[in-house]
Amino acid sequence: MEYVIDMRNIRKEFPGIVANDNITLQVKKGEIHALLGENGAGKSTLMNVLFGLYEPEQGEIYVKGNKVVNNDPNIANSLGIGMVHQHFMLVDKFTVTENIILGKEPTKGGKVDLHTAAKEVQALSDQYGLRVDPYAKVEDISVGMQQRVEILKTLYRGADILIFDEPTAVLTPQEILELIQIMRKLVSEGKSIILITHKLKEIMEVCDRCTVIRRGRGVGTVDVKDSNPDSLAAMMVGREVNFTVIKGISEPKESVLTIKDLIVLDSRKVPAVNGLNLTVKAGEIVGIAGVDGNGQSELLEAITGLRKINEGSIHLRDKDITNLTPRSVTASGLAHIPQDRHKHGLVLDFSVGENMVLQTYYQKPFSKNGILKFSPIFEKAEKLISEYDVRTPDAFTPARALSGGNQQKAIIAREVDRDPDFLIAAQPTRGLDVGAIEFIHSKLIEQRDKGKAVLLVSFELDEIINVSDRIAVMYEGKIVAVVDPKETTEQELGLLMAGGKRGTVHAE
Amino acid sequence: MQNKNKKLKLLVPLVSVFLGLLIGGIIMLLSGYPPIEAYIALFQGIVGDSYVIGETIRQMSPLILSGLAVAFAFRTGLFNIGVEGQLLVGWLAAVYVGVTVDAPAVLHIPLAILAAAVAGALWGAIPGILKARFKVHEVITTIMMNYIALYSTNEIIRSFLLAPGERTENVKESASLASPFLQSITQYSTLHYGIIVALVAAVIMWFLLWRTTMGYELRAVGFNQHASQYAGINVSKNIILSMAISGAFAGIAGSMEGLGTYQYMTINAAFTGVGFDGIAVALLGANSAIGVVLGAALFGGLKIGALNMQSIAGVPTELVGVVIALIIFFVACSYIVHWLMNRVSKGGKI
Repeated sequence: MEYVIDMRNIRKEFPGIVANDNITLQVKKGEIHALLGENGAGKSTLMNVLFGLYEPEQGEIYVKGNKVVNNDPNIANSLGIGMVHQHFMLVDKFTVTENIILGKEPTKGGKVDLHTAAKEVQALSDQYGLRVDPYAKVEDISVGMQQRVEILKTLYRGADILIFDEPTAVLTPQEILELIQIMRKLVSEGKSIILITHKLKEIMEVCDRCTVIRRGRGVGTVDVKDSNPDSLAAMMVGREVNFTVIKGISEPKESVLTIKDLIVLDSRKVPAVNGLNLTVKAGEIVGIAGVDGNGQSELLEAITGLRKINEGSIHLRDKDITNLTPRSVTASGLAHIPQDRHKHGLVLDFSVGENMVLQTYYQKPFSKNGILKFSPIFEKAEKLISEYDVRTPDAFTPARALSGGNQQKAIIAREVDRDPDFLIAAQPTRGLDVGAIEFIHSKLIEQRDKGKAVLLVSFELDEIINVSDRIAVMYEGKIVAVVDPKETTEQELGLLMAGGKRGTVHAE
Repeated sequence: MQNKNKKLKLLVPLVSVFLGLLIGGIIMLLSGYPPIEAYIALFQGIVGDSYVIGETIRQMSPLILSGLAVAFAFRTGLFNIGVEGQLLVGWLAAVYVGVTVDAPAVLHIPLAILAAAVAGALWGAIPGILKARFKVHEVITTIMMNYIALYSTNEIIRSFLLAPGERTENVKESASLASPFLQSITQYSTLHYGIIVALVAAVIMWFLLWRTTMGYELRAVGFNQHASQYAGINVSKNIILSMAISGAFAGIAGSMEGLGTYQYMTINAAFTGVGFDGIAVALLGANSAIGVVLGAALFGGLKIGALNMQSIAGVPTELVGVVIALIIFFVACSYIVHWLMNRVSKGGKI
């Protein structure tokens, strides 16, 4: 009876692949237990086994001491296991209360009793410190609050074992702090939590124990207080990982990208970029720090030709690329790792090979007189797949079937391989594990060292500080400060990003 | 995995055909018709002798082309409900060239077919432009365009091309696809050379989509407009182009009727239905060129065979309509099953 969840020696096979091989996961009551592994290590499969979506080939599952033979997702619910999904399962047009009671609506005289339900929701929300407005529509509330609605959904259904699937991936730093408070509150009220993540910092901060899986195998379970980020990372990846980005001193040369007095309107016709000036030189990485929504997306869209520029100019070396089409901008020597890899980076239903030539399919040798040449296309794809270690069964597999990290590697392979003068990397490591992050950072630095200009946009301050040679802070559509990463701190950047003035942080 | 998918793709329509026939048989039984006799008659009505084979093939030609039109648009993410209208304008254009132009057959036939293709392409491009420019959904506009096509072609025939019998003159012999040779080997069926045009069109459709940069762009835009735009592909241009090519196939389907089967165009009181059948043919054929040809064969066969079923077994042709509907129903259902299976295996992504 010691463990609330006891999964022993789980093995789950799919045709041709062993997704889970001899994994043991034991969660004590009242603890926050991390489940750590790279993208594609088998975390989701293991949780799906727990939920009864997959039947394991081997192994036993005990929940609160009772053996479970489960092949029905409803059993997990009745056993008090609830999942807080990474991609929220909410109906936008419904209110918070309606979403929470969905599928378990209290009724009075044949009608849904929203009033009582809202009161119940309010009571739950007070009990666990999950601040929500029961009557707000989900489409109107922040991402952080949507996540709290997801948590309330599981609590409303009586869950006392909560699984959080990469909960911080979508949150701002502030919201992450709040979530950590919430998780602590939940365990203090007797709940148990499994936290699926690959962010070591969060594990160190909030978890009691941590189970690591690597490529489908259980590596082991450790007490967090006896471990450190380095040892966890080594367990996860199977080798030592460099957290400190190793790079030489940058040697900036001539200007590659020059932006002058740029004004760009957003979709509501309000200036999102408002008089911005920026230069990126050959051989340097300029990081743009800023809170999401300060014009970063619009700036990138303007540079790449996806959004109309109202005033100002952009030059790539000596060429004026202001308001050129995306194709002409690309042809002028720009490559772009887009922020949203599913929306902009890949045609998910195309094969990996077809995706590798997304900007070059019309050029030789990939086509001739409008006829595609498949052997050069797939030769190229095979080469990039092996050079960039994109893990895919073959080049003919649809991009959709790859894990996030490998999709991102495919995009980076494609963009970097075009040997551009100027590379934009927007949130290049979002949602990726430490191994992939290390790889991507090293590729960006490699480009810099080859004398390319790199513009890095990221909401992760760690990444900005570690990778950039110069940091430009963007606030309300302008660059408000340019700082040296070696001479700044997260606190100073945070203040600048919030519109504060330089130096005030020291004065306070 | 890929092999399994391919097998499944083939299995789904086959099982659907079987289930459609089975349940159709039960319905016949319930309504007091002999199903086994009916199906024997149906089968004989499709491949029983060279005459019905000729008729089946003749029926296939426009169906292949209208199926290709729907499938092509669908592959690029568009739903062309306007095949019917594009077919009508293509029909009229082909007949107009066939009636008014004087040229040797080697020029006249291609010219008439080209006219049909251009007319269909222009008719299809209009909803394409409206979609690309003003984001008007193509389903709405293509349906509207069908009515405009129906009444405009009727009015044009009435005003400029009217011959006795609410129809146009016959096309000149030099523009006709009719073939005494094909007729003679099929006991004087109405079989004409259109089937060759249709099969060539199927090859062209496959080649365009899968072997050219144009097809690459069209498919990319169909799957993901954002990524296409990001990659420098002109999304608006491709939407218009896709609708135009789809319309061209539909227009050529019209020329099959105008230059082949009928040799003229009548004033149509209602839609021909061939354009709408194209949607079902494309669905049956899973939007692939070869699938469309097979789907059209099934459709054309059932329609021709139904006539025999009525005359021999006394089963009304409407019941074949029911069978066809059942087959489509099961294909549609199994795609849902298919889709669900895919979803589950994607959920287990490793």
